[in-house]
Amino acid sequence: MTTPAAPAAPGEATTGVLSLRGVSKQFGAVAALTGIDLDVAAGEVVAVVGDNGAGKSTLVKILSGVYTPDAGTILFHGEQVTLQSPAAAHQLGIATVYQDLALCENLDVKANLFLGQEIRPWMLDDIAMEKRSWELLRELSARIPTLGIPVAALSGGQRQTVAITRALLGRPEIILLDEPTAALGVAQTAEVLNLIERLRGNGLGVVMISHNMDDVRAVADRVAVLRLGRNNGVFDARQVSSEDVVAAITGAADNAVSQRAARRAATPREGQENP
Amino acid sequence: MTSLETPPAATATDLQDERLAAPQGFRDHLRGTVRRARDGDLGMLPVIAGVVVIWTIFQSLNATFLSSTNLVNLAFDMVSLGVIALGIVCVLLVGQIDLSVGSVSGVAAATTGVVMVRHEQPLVLAVLVAIGAGALIGWLYGQVLNRFGVPSFVATLGGLLAFLGTQLWLLRGQNAINLPYDSTLVRFAQVWFVPEALAYLFAVTAAGGFLAAGLLRARKRRRAGLSSVSTRWLAAQALALGAALVFAVYYLNRTRGVPWMFMLFVVLVLALQYVLTRTGFGRSLYAVGGNAEAARRAGINVRGVYTAAFVMCSTLAATGGVLAAARLAAANQSTGTADVNLNAIAAAVIGGTSLFGGRGSAFAALLGVLVIQSISSGLTLLNLDSSYRFIITGAVLLVAVALDSAARRSRQAHGRG
Repeated sequence: MTTPAAPAAPGEATTGVLSLRGVSKQFGAVAALTGIDLDVAAGEVVAVVGDNGAGKSTLVKILSGVYTPDAGTILFHGEQVTLQSPAAAHQLGIATVYQDLALCENLDVKANLFLGQEIRPWMLDDIAMEKRSWELLRELSARIPTLGIPVAALSGGQRQTVAITRALLGRPEIILLDEPTAALGVAQTAEVLNLIERLRGNGLGVVMISHNMDDVRAVADRVAVLRLGRNNGVFDARQVSSEDVVAAITGAADNAVSQRAARRAATPREGQENP
Repeated sequence: MTSLETPPAATATDLQDERLAAPQGFRDHLRGTVRRARDGDLGMLPVIAGVVVIWTIFQSLNATFLSSTNLVNLAFDMVSLGVIALGIVCVLLVGQIDLSVGSVSGVAAATTGVVMVRHEQPLVLAVLVAIGAGALIGWLYGQVLNRFGVPSFVATLGGLLAFLGTQLWLLRGQNAINLPYDSTLVRFAQVWFVPEALAYLFAVTAAGGFLAAGLLRARKRRRAGLSSVSTRWLAAQALALGAALVFAVYYLNRTRGVPWMFMLFVVLVLALQYVLTRTGFGRSLYAVGGNAEAARRAGINVRGVYTAAFVMCSTLAATGGVLAAARLAAANQSTGTADVNLNAIAAAVIGGTSLFGGRGSAFAALLGVLVIQSISSGLTLLNLDSSYRFIITGAVLLVAVALDSAARRSRQAHGRG
């Protein structure tokens, strides 16, 4: 694989490539983030979950270099770094795939992959770009039939694939996915989840922001819960139950979700069993 | 469907997906082209068909329409408007518009006349000042858009009036400034022709260059393990291109020949086409027109791209104005007024440039202006006044845009974006 970081051996997943320590961000009177700690290791998928307004987007923007934190430190391979701009974050090896993907629908796949970083800009080397595009797509076992069609003609899952592939062009070590499955159907979601597993297999650290508990439990190694701008627990995704995560998100074991579940359990419909 | 092992190495990297129909030879390429057209990926086909229809109709109405003499005149007359339309393609690509190209061309024409005739300065200086003024105007539009967020529709509408006023002020009550007939500029636009032998050489070189570039590219692609077009298909295309060009040269040389001014237009078209398709800057024009926010996040300087597009547009408009003055041998109050604006925009759109940004090419301007100038020339031969010209041009524009919309729907239905 071409990614520089080797897949983490089992048991050493706690020493991170990227670590946040006590990161805070204030917008006027509102504390969007307070004392956030987060660790991401190579070959690990960390899901960041939280309710609306929990600070997920702010965290993404800090990691992608859009916002600078007011307090706290960001460590990359143990060294303190400042992410002044999206370009700086990208340079360092943190690539971000935004929720709206930011693709140009009128351009074809390879033009989108190399947008803004074309090879030989005064005499485009289409052949080299196409070759590199195929290499990356093969690495991800991605199913894009041809690179010559405009992105407008691709399905949602394929577009997500293109966006993720583009993020990989700079050979990042950490990849940030903001709601990667939000607008996708069942099959396309599975496609993207497979892709995330392959990213992990290639030794990348993946930070996945998500609302969808099923997707989180399907691919994540650890789940970091944010609540009202603070850490509210980090769980092992394979052990924790959805109820516990929801309880951490809402801040109470007795919450709207559990009340609903209890109500439905009390009045089971015909032919349907509740767990 | 059942085999999961990697395809044999003989299959090109980009054709390994089993869902793809891979063209193998000449017939497959031809079939693929037909299928693309049927799906609505029409490319330049409708506008070429439009030219054929228009030429057939006018030829049947007046036998002199397709005469060598008239086509030579057509080649002269389309250059000024064509150069302006090239600029319009640039701003339309980034999703903006420039409504003032006519006035800007008028200012450039008047400037040329004032500097050259009234101040008796050398021709080169006059042309440089005129074109430089155009570049400055484009830069101004870019700043107004980037700094104040004024939509280009409004800013250039203001420019249309302001620069029309500037043009009249420059002429200061004179109806026209006549350019001397013996000046290089006027001779260039009226009596300079490519020597016949040289014109044939150009035609053959163009076809040969097309073939050589295609073969080179195919060989590079094969070496990189990618699919490549068949040599026979390339050769057939080059042969068709060469035959068409040689015939055009032969036909125009039956009377006066190929105007140098037309060659200038061709060079500008090819240069712009190169910039649009083969450079990172050209790609950023398309990207900004397609999704400005995505382009910004990809690290493209979106404001710079807007400014560059406006500068290119106004510079080309000014160049068109200088050429219009040269063609008329005069800069007068009506240079660039009346229908020049709308004809230039219509030419770009008829050629297949989208008004909403992100789609178009330099060839769009060439073919679009050929349509518009053909209509104008045909109606002049029939001694019909401009009322008919406006009506017919308008109708053709409507048909072109309607056809484009229908083709776009078809493309979407067939998954070609």
